[in-house]
Amino acid sequence: MKFIFFHLMPYRDLPADFPQRFDSVYVTPPNDELCDPHKVSQYYNEYLDQLELADRVGFDALGVNEHHQNAYGMMSSPNLMASALARRTSQSTAICVMGATLALYQPAVRVAEEFAMLDCLSGGRLIAGFPVGTSMDVNHSYGITPTETRPRYYEAHDLITKAWKRPGPFPFNGRFNKLRNVNPWPKPIQKPMPPVWLGGNGSPETYEMALQNDYVYSWTSFFGFQAGKKFMLDFWDTQEKMGLEFNPYQGGYCQIVLVADTDEEARRIYEPHVKYFFENGQRVPHHLRSTPGYRTRRSAEFAIKSGTMSAVANQASAARDWDSMIENGLVIAGSPDTVAERVASASKELKIGNFLAILQVGNMPDDLTRHNITMFGEKVIPKVRGLWSDGNYEHKWWAKGVQPRPAAEAVSQ
Amino acid sequence: MTTTFEPATAVREQIIRTRDGAVNTRVLIGGDGPPVVYLHGLEGLQWDQFHDELAASRTVYAIEHVGSGESTGLEEFYDLWDLVSHYEEALDELELAETALVGHSFGGMVAAEVAAQLRRRISRLVLLAPLGLWDDDHPVAEINAIPNGRRAEILLADTSRPLPRLLAPDPADYEALFHAELNSASISQFSWPFAEKGLRRRLYRVTAPTLLVWGAQDQVIDPLYAGYFTAGLRVPATTEVLPGLGHLLHLEDSETVAARVRAYLTEGTPGGRPA
Repeated sequence: MKFIFFHLMPYRDLPADFPQRFDSVYVTPPNDELCDPHKVSQYYNEYLDQLELADRVGFDALGVNEHHQNAYGMMSSPNLMASALARRTSQSTAICVMGATLALYQPAVRVAEEFAMLDCLSGGRLIAGFPVGTSMDVNHSYGITPTETRPRYYEAHDLITKAWKRPGPFPFNGRFNKLRNVNPWPKPIQKPMPPVWLGGNGSPETYEMALQNDYVYSWTSFFGFQAGKKFMLDFWDTQEKMGLEFNPYQGGYCQIVLVADTDEEARRIYEPHVKYFFENGQRVPHHLRSTPGYRTRRSAEFAIKSGTMSAVANQASAARDWDSMIENGLVIAGSPDTVAERVASASKELKIGNFLAILQVGNMPDDLTRHNITMFGEKVIPKVRGLWSDGNYEHKWWAKGVQPRPAAEAVSQ
Repeated sequence: MTTTFEPATAVREQIIRTRDGAVNTRVLIGGDGPPVVYLHGLEGLQWDQFHDELAASRTVYAIEHVGSGESTGLEEFYDLWDLVSHYEEALDELELAETALVGHSFGGMVAAEVAAQLRRRISRLVLLAPLGLWDDDHPVAEINAIPNGRRAEILLADTSRPLPRLLAPDPADYEALFHAELNSASISQFSWPFAEKGLRRRLYRVTAPTLLVWGAQDQVIDPLYAGYFTAGLRVPATTEVLPGLGHLLHLEDSETVAARVRAYLTEGTPGGRPA
């Protein structure tokens, strides 16, 4: 198993009456009224320190992502954070940018350039995430026409991967990107290109794209393994139907995890922060989340007719209280033994080899977050590390520049 | 969206093909008399009382927007240029050498673009609460992403007079939800993030005398936008702001709005040709 500490970098000081006063945590929460840049300065530095801590306590990768105009995720440019991490983390840890929202970059060769810079700066430790991005990011914050979301995404993907694989300069005549000379300086260290991971929440097109291109597919939601089960199993079904070989390292999923000395202690110390996260962080109205045209005709038909939206809404409604959140798998929380057992069973059930752990949630303060990271790294990872080791699966989607951890620093198995 | 309205007019359906056969477009045709082409807005193509009223003295050609309802081929369209040239082909298919043109909301924006381009083919232009212009100080409401439960309040002046077929589909009716999503997507493809695509710079080209009709209580587009249109037009333009009506003015009071439109199309206008 590979473990990625995945940070969202939230704002931690939304007012207690935020849910009553504002209809969205995304796109429209008024910045001057709600966001103090001095606090953000403190938080960014704490969050980078937390990611660096994860590097020291046994995580395999550090994850950052891209959101815009968002109070639970303040990385409008994840590459800025990744470049800070590239300088101050060991050569044994990959840097997973999950990732660049391709449709937003014009020309999209900018993504090829910045990822190549990161790959060079980190010594080949980059995992390149290519998410489609949410409708809130792409359509509502950046003004991209909903029906152009996928066409722009596919064209950007084509341009970026060609920019990495083909010797430059060469011309590219796309609908949105017209370039006479594609010739990024430098290209990535990893050849032919860094491993690519896609994040998704159930569009069949994304499964197929991951499989056709030999990329990792990760279920990236905040609703945990039960919500993700249908989609990850659909992904593996699609793989089988396409006649491709199963490998758990081609799948991943994202999960909120909270570790304490005992199950009771976990509830006591973490519950208020989880509550903050679900009450505020999931406050995105339907008209911003499900913009007509954002999904393709096929995905819209799939989602509407299979009841995907109501399934996700049901999961979200389980975020009422601690017991239902545990029961429905929105969070995995408890003692190291409890957490290790659930991480292992969820990963087996979803058949995934990449576990993206969200360990800082909502308004969780620095000391508590560092406790959670240390507990997970030192007491949970060693128990679950070997989950797929008897299957002889090779992880073909890991950053090639990552060096084995020196023996003295290695986490005991 | 389905309609329970029973037309008084004999209405026939014609499918026309444009873009070298790649695009099928549904047209509802009814009535007698000189032609008037109608371009719909958010509510999609339907024959309702407004059409009946127009059809009393005209032959109405109600053309479905690309990718909406049963019309296909949205992926063939990249921009407004594609859309305007599609309408030129559509007029050819319908054998309309010259016609009056009426459009509501998004359909009004398209009608204005068509009139600015196909100048010799449009005899009179009627814009009912048209999109197409923009003022940062009075932004047009986001009609493609209306919050759940607020549609009636935003689209109608009088929410006590229900127009159920125009409002949110039943959440359990997956087919209706799917079609509502496609309709909205097909409109937003030409109007995202808002419907300002350069019409202001082309309005001077319109040669057809133009009538602008607005509901005084329009919450989507402030009636002061009528002034922005007339400022841009170089042809004689008439503005009517009707009290007690909202953005769906022609459906809230079909009789009154249709009567104004018919009168404008029939009567002479100072400086204008009869249509």
